[in-house]
Amino acid sequence: MRDVAIIGTGCTKFGELWDRSLRDIFVEAGVSAIVDAGIQGEEIDGLYMGNMSSGRFVEQEHVGSLIADYSGLASKLHVPATRVEAACASGGLALRQGILAVASGYADIIVAAGGEKMTDVDLDTATDALAAAADREWEGIMGATFPGLYAMIARLHMHKYGTTSEQMAAVSVKNHHNGTMNPIAQFRNEITLDTVLQSNMVADPLHMFDCSPISDGAAAVVLAPADVAKKYTDTPVYVKATTQASSPISLHDRADITTLDASMVAGQRAYKMAGLTPDDIDLVEVHDCFTIAEICAIEDLGFFKKGDGGRASEDGETAIDSSIPVNPSGGLKACGHPVGATGIKQAVVITEQLRGTAGKSQVDGAGIGMTHNVGGSGGTAVVHIFSRDR
Amino acid sequence: MTVSRFWRKIPHRYNLIGTHCTNCGEYYFPPRQMCPTCRRDGKIESYQFEGKGEVITYTVIHTAAKGYANQVPYNLAIIKLNEGPSLTGQVICEPGELEIGTRVRSVFRKLGEESEKGMIYYGTKFVVE
Repeated sequence: MRDVAIIGTGCTKFGELWDRSLRDIFVEAGVSAIVDAGIQGEEIDGLYMGNMSSGRFVEQEHVGSLIADYSGLASKLHVPATRVEAACASGGLALRQGILAVASGYADIIVAAGGEKMTDVDLDTATDALAAAADREWEGIMGATFPGLYAMIARLHMHKYGTTSEQMAAVSVKNHHNGTMNPIAQFRNEITLDTVLQSNMVADPLHMFDCSPISDGAAAVVLAPADVAKKYTDTPVYVKATTQASSPISLHDRADITTLDASMVAGQRAYKMAGLTPDDIDLVEVHDCFTIAEICAIEDLGFFKKGDGGRASEDGETAIDSSIPVNPSGGLKACGHPVGATGIKQAVVITEQLRGTAGKSQVDGAGIGMTHNVGGSGGTAVVHIFSRDR
Repeated sequence: MTVSRFWRKIPHRYNLIGTHCTNCGEYYFPPRQMCPTCRRDGKIESYQFEGKGEVITYTVIHTAAKGYANQVPYNLAIIKLNEGPSLTGQVICEPGELEIGTRVRSVFRKLGEESEKGMIYYGTKFVVE
């Protein structure tokens, strides 16, 4: 297998992009990444696109060829384009497929992108489309919503480990603070603990400000074999690990409801693949679709002892200037969560950090970064480790 | 949910029928065609659960799933059945009455409906024992 590097990135603004369509934002992100990498269309061997539910959100399937077409890559070059779906982990999985294609030697230059247009439908329809990431016939039909599933994780975490609503709210406050420094973020305003605790209850104990928003957005990276990466850029970012794990899709079938064991296993596999430990990671973008999800993630990935994630979040041990900065981009909570785009956006954020171009949210001396992307309530987890040095 | 998709689930959803692997002794709900533990070595047969169990964790839903708006706030819980497997379901009681460890039993209830003239869904809910 060959080593792989990211040689270019692109990202749209995240938020309510009512003036643009799914194809517009996918093409915008892809073209930015191609320009950043300094490559031509003729050099592209394939596209992998993470997208969870374009059929529900914009009534359009077959987005692989649609985006290849509108990127100008279909009519003469006939570049192969593959859509990848794993609910909210679609982006991370598209990235992984792209990396595998380059690593195997089957392809040289691959564009891995992710995008979702969620605000073209009403909130009820969006919520229902998202509920399809859980088991429709045995969770959804019983009245389960996504916040409801994570609320049940939160309830048990509180019961077992003494995690509090204030500790969960601290995650949201921190991520909103980080979001103020991110020019593409959907929310760029500071909030307080009271903002979270006094917001509407969505699914007890999760308030509205414990939840990530409905968003539009797209992101893309260009991948190349590590051996030739320096031909394209002075600052390639090297892929040290790409891993994926599955768990039962229904929350009720998990051995421990407070542990997303797909995350834990994908994390362990990634450390092994990279020959690293959690102590070696300088910063991490985790899947904080809900505040409790970030608490579980930093435990499951080995940064904190099981049950300690809430306290650590409250004590500022995950802030940008701490030993393990978590979600310097503002995470899904403040940056926004266009479900298919998130996994790629995380890689874009880490690439910028390792290049030293992350602006105000730059983590000092960032050399090794991790991304963690979850589908559903933990049915799929995708983890990547990236390094500035080969 | 379409009629055919719902119809296929009726025996299981109406009667809480799951499966039992006679090879490893594990019980499963929802039913499995293949034992997740023994996989192809398993011997799966139908099993009717007694319908009693305890609440592992729960939430009170305030922002409802599509078609459930008229029920809010409603209790949603993960219930561990006496035979071993866990499932997700609503518990009919006042919010606040429910705790982790509460003993519940299954009842046959309306789950929801598609519209005034649409299909009505029935299935299993739980009440405090």
